Amino acid sequence: MGVQTIKSILDRTIAPPIKDAIEFDLTLPPYRRHVLSNGIEVYAIDLGNVEAMMVTWIFYAGNSFEKKKGVAAAVNSLLKNGTSKRKAFDINEHFEYYGAYLNRAAHHETAEMTLHCLNKHVGELLPVVAELVTDSVFPVEELDIYKKNAQQRLQVSLKKSDFVATRLIDAYLYGPEHPYGRYMQLEDYQQLEREDLLAFYHQYYQEGTCRILVAGKLPEDIIPRLEASFGSLTIHAPQKGVSLPAPAIIPAAEKRYQIANDPNGVQGSIRIARNFPNRHHPDFQRVQVLNNVFGGFFGSRLMANIREDKGYTYGIYSYLVNNMQESALMISTEAGKEVCAPAITEVYKEMDLLREELIDEEELQMARNFAIGTILGDLDGPFQVASRWKNILLNGLDGDYFKEGVRIIKTIGPEELRELARKYLRPEEFFELVVV
Amino acid sequence: MIKYDRFELANGLRVLVHEDASTPMVVVNVLYDVGARDEDPKRTGFAHLFEHLMFGGSVHIEDFETPLQLAGGENNAYTTNDFTNYYIQLPAENIETAFWLESDRMLSLAFSEKSLEVQRKVVMEEFKEHYINKPYGDVWFKMRELAYKQHPYRWMTIGSKLSHIEEAKLEDVKEFFFKYYRPANAILVVAGKVTTDQVRALAEKWFGDIPSGVKYVRRLPNEPKQHEARKLTVKAPVPLDALYKCYPMAARVDPGYYVADLLTEVLGSGASSRLHQSLIKEKKLFSQIECYHTGSNDPGLVVIEGKLIKGVSMEAADQAVEEELEKLKAAPIAEKELTKVKNKTESAIVFEDMSVMNRANSLAIYELLGDVNMMNTELQKYQAVTADEMLEASRSIFDPLNSNTLYYYSEK
Repeated sequence: MGVQTIKSILDRTIAPPIKDAIEFDLTLPPYRRHVLSNGIEVYAIDLGNVEAMMVTWIFYAGNSFEKKKGVAAAVNSLLKNGTSKRKAFDINEHFEYYGAYLNRAAHHETAEMTLHCLNKHVGELLPVVAELVTDSVFPVEELDIYKKNAQQRLQVSLKKSDFVATRLIDAYLYGPEHPYGRYMQLEDYQQLEREDLLAFYHQYYQEGTCRILVAGKLPEDIIPRLEASFGSLTIHAPQKGVSLPAPAIIPAAEKRYQIANDPNGVQGSIRIARNFPNRHHPDFQRVQVLNNVFGGFFGSRLMANIREDKGYTYGIYSYLVNNMQESALMISTEAGKEVCAPAITEVYKEMDLLREELIDEEELQMARNFAIGTILGDLDGPFQVASRWKNILLNGLDGDYFKEGVRIIKTIGPEELRELARKYLRPEEFFELVVV
Repeated sequence: MIKYDRFELANGLRVLVHEDASTPMVVVNVLYDVGARDEDPKRTGFAHLFEHLMFGGSVHIEDFETPLQLAGGENNAYTTNDFTNYYIQLPAENIETAFWLESDRMLSLAFSEKSLEVQRKVVMEEFKEHYINKPYGDVWFKMRELAYKQHPYRWMTIGSKLSHIEEAKLEDVKEFFFKYYRPANAILVVAGKVTTDQVRALAEKWFGDIPSGVKYVRRLPNEPKQHEARKLTVKAPVPLDALYKCYPMAARVDPGYYVADLLTEVLGSGASSRLHQSLIKEKKLFSQIECYHTGSNDPGLVVIEGKLIKGVSMEAADQAVEEELEKLKAAPIAEKELTKVKNKTESAIVFEDMSVMNRANSLAIYELLGDVNMMNTELQKYQAVTADEMLEASRSIFDPLNSNTLYYYSEK
């Protein structure tokens, strides 16, 4: 009967009490730092309860360092396509035999190799990664296949309005010569020569700057193993006082663009963006909170208005681009061809509202709590923690940056957010692009 | 080994709990046993459209998102041909918010005309974004119709045409809800920093008084065995010719599923797989090629798809794929290759199970398949597969009379 009574008084219109975000204590689990004999720093995050791990080798070998377009990406991609001892097939088979994934990625400043494997196999894998760092030979035949296949992939991508829009908006923001704004044309692949790759590889990998990040439920001997495979190589740690290249940023003069890409297109890819300072600027983490309200998550204003009220799009988001030298505030969506214009009008209206009116307390609390909840969920697991640390370290920041970010989320007020909106959400400062 | 507790409420709601005190979060996952395969052929895309409507307000709660975000939670959902799944992740302290929200929308939706009107548009934009405005976006509409003649897998989850979504009416929405979205047809999984006792009390409190509903009994037509090679040719404004082949395979709970899964690994998963090595690297006929399967609950499809190098003829490319299949059918695969694909599978399982959200999702799916403990016996089943079984399965799956081939030509 007791249960019956409780049921009959269950009032479903009243939300259960919640613990507020402000009360959550968020701490980023620390890393342990080890230095190998050659000075290479290893950042180790020992967390989790599964016998699996991730190792990332981060080289300063991104496209900011290349003299010929496409070399950084080609070198990174072809690292595992042949050494003096093994052919591409043997290398791939070796990693796959042990159920491991060896992914590569080239960015603007950095280029990485990331190994995911079960702990029990790591001893078979690290020496082969070391071989790729010291002894890749970039066979001509592999390069030819890479060039042809990359060109074919690009031909397909160029048919997609979202791909084209993403490239163009970066070129407007940073200039077509800047590493952030530069992009590959089909004919650029023809120019890639084996000698270019070997020279780049020698300078930026074999004798390059490297950091190692390792995360997971780490085996006790992980550091000795890394020492054995990487401690005596000619790679070196980042040198103090040597800063990254920071080429001139030359934004386009024209702000508005309409590009016709596909005569059969039924949607337009809309990008609205402005240049924005990097993570060292005091406004960066503040504007992240403003951005949450504006277009940062499903409950944001852009989503509520343009998707949930008007149905113009499947999704619309805004975000601060994760660049080291200079960021951008980007709004991105794909909308029906016939509703692109009203969708853009609504984006600017939402900017106007944020500049003119104060965000009310409930909405701000929602954005705060959502942000805190996301960080809490994000800190769950060694790979996620490693990825936070990677971002902090590579941007030349430290653990205080994380703490400061949490403090800002918890304390920033409506007036300050309106000031930020007045400073940064000015339509006339945004590039606007529609690709159909 | 994934530990769990299982119980049922009086109204038939099945509940699974997976305790993991190492995370500060909890995942509340609700799976409804209805997917695109349960749709009326004249109203396809409905299960997925319905998923969108589940966020448009419920009988006592006007707005689903705001209270969840206030509680620091995030959520999403997806629809497959087989089922519809909703999940919330939030700080463990705020778990009751998830129970409140999920139980109210299981009790009844608000059935708002405005929500239907807007979500119809949103889904139509989703349709355009993924299937019309993309090169090769229509392939699976055609391929499913070629490979399935009877079974409802012949249409896509998004629906077979835009007009089906456009025509959806509020009466259809209500009928669909009270037929499928009942406790008797649902599975609740709670995972993370939570105890079974806590979940039992919360489940009774929030879900206990929802009327059970009539258990939906699925009666779908079986796909008859294929007896002839099927072929389709398409021309479209795409930059490259592409080849697609698919072959019927075993259902998810059939022992043959594991064998077929490993066969797709041998053929086309990873840079050391046979199709990659032979057809991209050695013969240079394709710029991309892969082999995978649809993994569906009812009998699915093994798929081989690739983009041809400019200048290579479709027939030559198809012939080269056939030759690789013949090699597979001619002799058992070597021990080393078999070990490789088993090791890859072991790794894939371990990495997938690292996230609480994936564990919760998998528990729901295995319960749907009929035995939640399958989650803990999968690896053994893969490890027990022999080279002879692989040989035998390759011969029956890759029988040319089972083939469905699509030549997708670049129209230039």
